[in-house]
Amino acid sequence: MAYTAQDFKSNQEVRWCPGCGDHAVLASLQRALPEVCEALGYTKENFVFVSGIGCSSRLPYYMNTFGFHSIHGRATAISTGVKVANPTLTVWQATGDGDALAIGGNHFIHAIRRNIDINIILFNNQIYGLTKGQYSPTSKLGAITKTSPYGTVEHPFNPGALVLGSRGTFFARSLDSEMKLNQEIFVAAAKHDGTSVCEMLVNCVIFNDGAHSAISDREHRADRTIILRHGEPMIFGKDKNKGLVLDGQKLKVVTIGENGINEKDILVHNATTNETGVHNMLVEMKYPDFPVALGIIRDVKDMTYDDNVRDQLIEVKEKSKIHSVDELLHSGATWEVK
Amino acid sequence: MQHKVIDTQDVVIRFAGDSGDGMQLTGTLFADASALYGNEISTFPDYPAEIRAPHGTVSGVSGFQVHVGSIEINTPGDFCDVLVAMNPAALKANVQWAKPTATIIVDTDTFDESGIERAGFKTKDPIAELKIEDRNIIFSPITTMTKESLKDSDLDNKQIVRCKNMFTLGMCFFMFNRDLDYTYAYLEKKFKKKPQLIAPNKKVLFDGFNYASNIHAIANTYTVKPAKLEKGTYRNINGNQATAWGLIAASEKSGRDLFCGSYPITPATNILEELAIYKNLGVKTLQAEDEIAGICTSIGAAYAGELAVTSTSGPGLSLKAEALGLAMIAELPLVIIDVQRSGPSTGIPTKTEQTDLNQALYGRNGECPIAVIAAHSPSHCFDAAFYAGKFAMEHMMPVILMSEGFIANGSEPWKIPLMKDYPEIKPPLITSCEGPFKPYQRDSERLARSWALPGTSGLEHRVGGLEKNAEGVISSDPQNHDKMCAERAEKVARLANYIPELEVIGKKKGDVLIVGWGGTFGHLYTAVKELQDQDKNVALAHFDYINPLPKNTAEVFNNFKKIIVCELNSGQFVDYLRAKHPEFKYLQYNKVQGQPFIVKEIVDAVNNIL
Repeated sequence: MAYTAQDFKSNQEVRWCPGCGDHAVLASLQRALPEVCEALGYTKENFVFVSGIGCSSRLPYYMNTFGFHSIHGRATAISTGVKVANPTLTVWQATGDGDALAIGGNHFIHAIRRNIDINIILFNNQIYGLTKGQYSPTSKLGAITKTSPYGTVEHPFNPGALVLGSRGTFFARSLDSEMKLNQEIFVAAAKHDGTSVCEMLVNCVIFNDGAHSAISDREHRADRTIILRHGEPMIFGKDKNKGLVLDGQKLKVVTIGENGINEKDILVHNATTNETGVHNMLVEMKYPDFPVALGIIRDVKDMTYDDNVRDQLIEVKEKSKIHSVDELLHSGATWEVK
Repeated sequence: MQHKVIDTQDVVIRFAGDSGDGMQLTGTLFADASALYGNEISTFPDYPAEIRAPHGTVSGVSGFQVHVGSIEINTPGDFCDVLVAMNPAALKANVQWAKPTATIIVDTDTFDESGIERAGFKTKDPIAELKIEDRNIIFSPITTMTKESLKDSDLDNKQIVRCKNMFTLGMCFFMFNRDLDYTYAYLEKKFKKKPQLIAPNKKVLFDGFNYASNIHAIANTYTVKPAKLEKGTYRNINGNQATAWGLIAASEKSGRDLFCGSYPITPATNILEELAIYKNLGVKTLQAEDEIAGICTSIGAAYAGELAVTSTSGPGLSLKAEALGLAMIAELPLVIIDVQRSGPSTGIPTKTEQTDLNQALYGRNGECPIAVIAAHSPSHCFDAAFYAGKFAMEHMMPVILMSEGFIANGSEPWKIPLMKDYPEIKPPLITSCEGPFKPYQRDSERLARSWALPGTSGLEHRVGGLEKNAEGVISSDPQNHDKMCAERAEKVARLANYIPELEVIGKKKGDVLIVGWGGTFGHLYTAVKELQDQDKNVALAHFDYINPLPKNTAEVFNNFKKIIVCELNSGQFVDYLRAKHPEFKYLQYNKVQGQPFIVKEIVDAVNNIL
């Protein structure tokens, strides 16, 4: 049976603010899932959406699938339990910058380290929305919010760098309104065996409007972002004439046709290399010095926790002489009283 | 000197030494050998929090007490008949637990100037300083004899000295006319991968036995005949092992694989360790990044359809509190095991207490009653865990199982039950329904909702921490919230229809009813037997079920003139009883010392009020 986006929409009214970036992410997700089903043979009942607390964590209610809206920060641990308990499920997680990187930071990095096969959609709006406008671990240094009336005095996390530092095997980044790219990313995340982190830069129209506008404004977007695709040269810009090259050990923006640079000098994106060097540089690129990297930055193969658990269960079961509780109770030193 | 063989019904031996001296192993081996011989036993490991506290100091003393009998044994014994002290600090810390008539074995090699000083003695004569000159003390150069025994072996000096616990064990085996075969077999198994250690350990054990026989300093040896146990197959079991196995049994009976998400914490850790072994029985264990992830991975597994459990101790239960509320409102089956230890905060982590009861009953935000069950002995942990699993799954709710360091680490012989004698476990799983699925629709008897597992077509639904109506739709409607709170509370209360009634040990009517719960059972039972032997009209009612209370609680209380509630806290259960059954007057006996009760203190307390 072929699904459509409509099949994944629940009958619940979507309650995000009008203009919130989450709407577009939800729509692209619902469009991606029929393709996921077709590619991987899943049916609708195989999907579980888990979330924590925050605006984006309302997402499971809007999906016509199994869902678990849990408590603040703990979605990653709950997703882990669901996947280990039943590895045939496709487990997705909706989380925000506060939920995943502040209160749930510990679970986030350990799920990535274990490489459990879950798909994490990280809605990064750089603010606490549901509590009405306090700074988050991704708010820019100096951000003025209700709890930082004079500006924050702490550096933000770069989620991509955190993922790579936690041995991440899949990291992608996109903008809420890049719906086609989002769809592509979600399909790739589903296909990836291991923890996939999809960072969605979303706009909070109420408490942090325009946080990403420097790169997301239609007018400048092509010049200030670069969409990376595995195997393709890192070219960007309105006129497709800018690119990235390696200058010594650093990335550098160049213009094709200037200073003797031609297209074949441009770095080709390799998302599947185990080496983290270039991936690290790509996730760290910031406007105005660099275009912000979007697309699938890293997608590498590694063993997964859930596969290893399953393999160990099979192996130990085959080797063991104890296959029932009665046998267990009588194992080891026992004695008879007659 | 011809030694006298004394037939005795029961005897208590306490092994004490530096925390690296192997006293826990020595005690365990003595207990296991006695159990195999057919004695009743009860053990009590009493060890410090530090793995290797400063050598030779009182804070680093590790003890292991074992009570061996041909009669019914329910406690590890108040005071010992034989004390083994491997150094001056062990003697100093443990002489208070020796009967005036006790035989005390000391390793004189450790009683040198520095050893005496490290133990904190003020003089150079610890025996005089402790005022025990007139005791029956056997001064033995255990370290020297061990070295002598192994002088021809290939082991280095450090390895040789490490064998001295086997020398001591050999001496004790002589004193109790015990066979060495069991321990030989154990050593062969333990050192299978280090075969060079088998022969030396066996030799030291044998030489210790012969040394004790030859020195003629041991005036009395003891024979404790096998106990008259019910026919059957027996094994030794400690509480944490029994807890793990009881959960596996509930998994087998229910057909739901076991999942344990947990984080190491004393004294609960070996539940996780034990469960990690049994992948052959479908057990999945996940050592989580923290206590919260322990319970949350388990909640995820419960949602996905497994018998989910998480094990912890008091500080961990505090960290799990919010997630426990989630399991409660999402109405998912979950077993939370709290092996209580001395608190608050880190407290005295290796010592036993019953101070988490309030936390288990009340420690969550919102209206959040949770079923609470308590295990009362090492082997009872098996049944308690089995029923915690059964009730969690059949009633679709979290259940807290209270254990205690004392029973978790203590061991006793256990008549191995057969699984066919245990009841079925039938979780309310559904695979289809007519019309749209309503996740919070309840059955009329238990008020349990259905367990609809992800992967089941047509039953897609959402659960979570937000209040919902029966259809599973988020609702902040005041009447709905009131109704849902009442229903969830009533579901816990109705568990009373499924648990056994409270039993009275002794006459059903009398002067004093001793009331206890959890791991104090052995001491309270022994105290009641002693009082009954003194012709006192005293009975015991011991609670395995705390929330809800057994239905006949008031009926039982009504038949006694006085009720005295004894617990290892400052009165948490008695306060709960006062709230639940205010019609009775309660007396209380409490102790918060990180130590189990002493039978005598209970007997004295009851005699004082009689």
